[in-house]
Formats: sequence, structure tokens, C-alpha cells
Amino acid sequence: MKEFGYERAADVSGALALLDGDPDARFLGGGTNLVDLMKTGVERPGRLVDVRELPLDRIEATEDGGLRIGATVTNSDLAAHPDVRRSYPALSQAVLAGASGQLRNVATVGGNLLQRTRCGYFADVAAPCNKRVPGSGCPAIEGEHHNHAILGASDHCVATHPSDLGVALTAFGAVVSYETPDGPGRLPFTEFYLPVGDTPHRETALPPGALITGVTLPAAPVAANSRYRKVRERASYAFAIGSVAAALDVRDGVVHEVRLAFGAVASRPWRAHTAEQALTGGPADAGAFAAAADAELAAARPLPHNAYKVTLTRNLVVAVLSELAEEATR
Amino acid sequence: MAPTPLSTHSAVTLNVNGEKHTLTVDHRTTLLDALRERLDLTGTKKGCDQGQCGACTVLLDDRRAVACLQLAVAAEGREIVTVEGLAEGEQLHPVQQAFLDLDGYQCGYCTPGQICSAVAVIEEHAAGWPSAVTDDVRPEAGPPPLTAEEIRERMSGNLCRCGAYVSIVQAVERAAGIRAQAARTAEGAQTAKGRGAAA
Repeated sequence: MKEFGYERAADVSGALALLDGDPDARFLGGGTNLVDLMKTGVERPGRLVDVRELPLDRIEATEDGGLRIGATVTNSDLAAHPDVRRSYPALSQAVLAGASGQLRNVATVGGNLLQRTRCGYFADVAAPCNKRVPGSGCPAIEGEHHNHAILGASDHCVATHPSDLGVALTAFGAVVSYETPDGPGRLPFTEFYLPVGDTPHRETALPPGALITGVTLPAAPVAANSRYRKVRERASYAFAIGSVAAALDVRDGVVHEVRLAFGAVASRPWRAHTAEQALTGGPADAGAFAAAADAELAAARPLPHNAYKVTLTRNLVVAVLSELAEEATR
Repeated sequence: MAPTPLSTHSAVTLNVNGEKHTLTVDHRTTLLDALRERLDLTGTKKGCDQGQCGACTVLLDDRRAVACLQLAVAAEGREIVTVEGLAEGEQLHPVQQAFLDLDGYQCGYCTPGQICSAVAVIEEHAAGWPSAVTDDVRPEAGPPPLTAEEIRERMSGNLCRCGAYVSIVQAVERAAGIRAQAARTAEGAQTAKGRGAAA
């Protein structure tokens, strides 16, 4: 590991001042991803600004009935919070489906959004990777890509975003708040991650040197009937090969409102707007769920070894929405 | 004027098992390496050193965490408990005793991490935390019973290459039962005391 400086910030303005726009410095949250990447040389910061003690560790109700989640709230505290479990159960389930108890106790919400892909070529500093070394190439396209993207990828990168939490956040229309030396800003979740294009090394729309301060969930009564389902290659403690966050409000057999997002299929948590539109106002049955999933997945461009994700995601949509429809009529 | 050279070392005070240790660390030093190499607390094991195996699990402010992904410099000010700090003198912690009584190990290398993790799992469950296998996470559903399935999910961050999982689950079940019994007894004593005061 490269030697680095370490400073601990006590508040947001202090953290921004310590970072001082230095592109060679990083904010350190729980460190569960950053420290790991520093050990392997993927990340080589010259300085760390520790933000774990910033007073951003609260979950509060907003005036409109939503929730404001501070950036340093740990995954464990988020998943265990009564308001989250009651009003956005899929969010709690998504967090609990990720990592292990040890990691969730330390990992922060802000850090979760900025974690890097688990693509094996990205993690291997001896391999080319356009995300790690722009212009060096993407060996995954011709190589090992069974857990890579089927939606929104490009010829430059087919890596997926590994977050479970993010899938639920995008389904519920979360807004990311950040602070910069020039003032605060907000980004809707669907604009937070940049399209891959030919710049896979640019992952978010955050201005340089910005600090994520929190995530706001708008009020969403539909989210009370929500679920997160994750498929992985072992029963627990593994990244998804497919996941779905869904919320459903059915009235008289008709879809009144639906939220749908996919994980492990793209460079970002994938909000399934096309499927949502196809479902809204139509029947809440398995045939309609499958047709809506197909409409969303029509844009899929699978590679030779990950075409199974199209079927997997489609089946997940049908299963999760069918369960939610049954619960809605109970 | 040349910029001040960046300091790559810091003096830190680590509070481990109730004792304070002040040492100068290279910022690259993980809490795991500081515990083992600097404080001679070798009960905490290094398995993968990548946060994947759980062998280095310790308690940080009463919560389990893997020491390999914590920087020692960032652990200042936190209460660290390692497997060496669980027993009360000669009296083993109930989780340690249960692992012994039920053979919750084979080679023993992952055992300190398993035990530290189990201590926290039992507290997390007692606090009402749901898990990924909890059917209904809504608070109104109440805390899930700590079944074998719940224990397996909650302990999934601790790998055992000997495959001693069957007896590990039994040991956690037994220790959780002892804790629940103790809590009921304490609650009973509290109620009796309350009644006494009222009378």
C-alpha cells in the first residue's frame, strides 16, 4: 500500500476544508471498500479525510412524510430503523441482503453509493480496465463476464454496480444531497450515476471534491407494500447475479402504482421506468408482469455468458410482483 | 516555500479490552495488524485480510466488525474488545463455553472470529434486528425467533473451512438461550423488587 496522510474531520465544512479539492485525497467512511482497494493498489490516495464522525448519522422524518437518511448512518442502523422497516420494507431487506453483519455495522450509506464495481478485471491491477486506467481496454467483453451488465453498457465497459441498497433507493426515487465548498447540491438517484459511454471511469455526477451528506426518500405510500429479492451463487454473503426491488399498489385488480428496479444488470441500479409505465392502469396478473419485464428487458444486450440474466430478471419481476399483488389483496 | 511533508504516521491511543495503549502507527497499519503485531493480542486471526472470511472479527463499540478493514489510526476513541477480553477472569463467556461444550470448531483458526461474531449476533437479535431471512421485517411483526436458519444467515460473515457449521449453530443457539434466560430472571427480579418497593 502507498503511504498516505490521515486526518479526521468533525463537521462537514471541516471535511471539505481538509479535502481542499485535492484530487489525490479521498473521504474515508466505513472503509469496507476503500481500504480493501487500497490494499490491492486499485486506489492509491495520498491522503484520507475520515468523515465517519461527522454529525450525519441520523434518520429523520421529513415534513412530507418521507425520510432523510444521513450519509454516515451505517447499513445496520438503516436496516434496523423502525420507520424504514415500516414504510420502505424493501429498503431494509436490500441492506440486509448485502455483505455480512460485520461489514454492515461499519459501512455507511454515503460510502455504499460510491463503492466500486466488483468486476475482476477492475480489481486486478495487472489487467487492462477502462474504468481503472482510461483507454487501456475492457477484457471482460471477450473474457469473464458471466456477472456483467446486460443493460446500458458500452464497448468500453460492461461492469455492474454492486449495491443492493441502491436498487431500493432508485425504486423509491431517492435524492442524494451533497455539499461542496461552493454550496450544497442535490441529485435525483436516476441522475446520480452517469451513463457509461466512453468514460466508464467517471461514475457519478457529483462535482469534484463533493461530500455526500445524505439521501432523502420522498413520501411513497406504495412503498409500504414492497419487497427486495436477490439471487446469488450461494445462500448468503455474496453479490447479486440478479435482484429486484418492487413496490405495488393494486386496487380492484388494477395496478394503481408500481415501483420497479433491477440490480446486477447495469453500471448503476436500474430503474425500470418502461415496465412501470406498461403496468400502470393494467391488470395485476402474472401475464402483465411478464410482459412489462419483457418490455424493459427488450433493451438488453447480453454477452455470450450472461444472457441468463435476462430470464433471471424477468422471472424475478414476475415472482416478486405476484407476491406483492397477493399481499395487496389480503 | 516547499509544502510541509505529509505525515504518514500518527500517535494513537487504542482502548483494547479496557486497557489503553498509546503507540505510533504507520497509517497503513490495520487494526488487525496493530492488535497482533504491536499489542501481542494474537487471538484475533488473520485469514483473508480482505474482509471476506470473518476470522479477524472484533467488537468495536459493542458492534462486530472485521479488523482487517479498519485502519488502526481510525480506531482511536473506540472501545475495542477482542476474544481475549470476553471472559471474566477464569469464567468463560457463555458463548465461549458453548463452543467448547458443543465442539463448535475443528482446527480452531476461525473460532475467535466466530465467537466474537456470535456474541454480537445474540445482542443484535435481542435488540430486535431483522435479517435477510426474516419473513416480515416490519416492526409490528415483532422480532423473529432465533432459529437455525436465522443463525446461519446472521453468522454468514464467518467462514469455517473445516465445516464445523452444524455445531457452531448449536453453540450459538445454546448461548442465546442462556442469555434469554438470564434476561428473564433479571426482569423477574426487577418486577419483584418493584413490587417490594410498592408494598
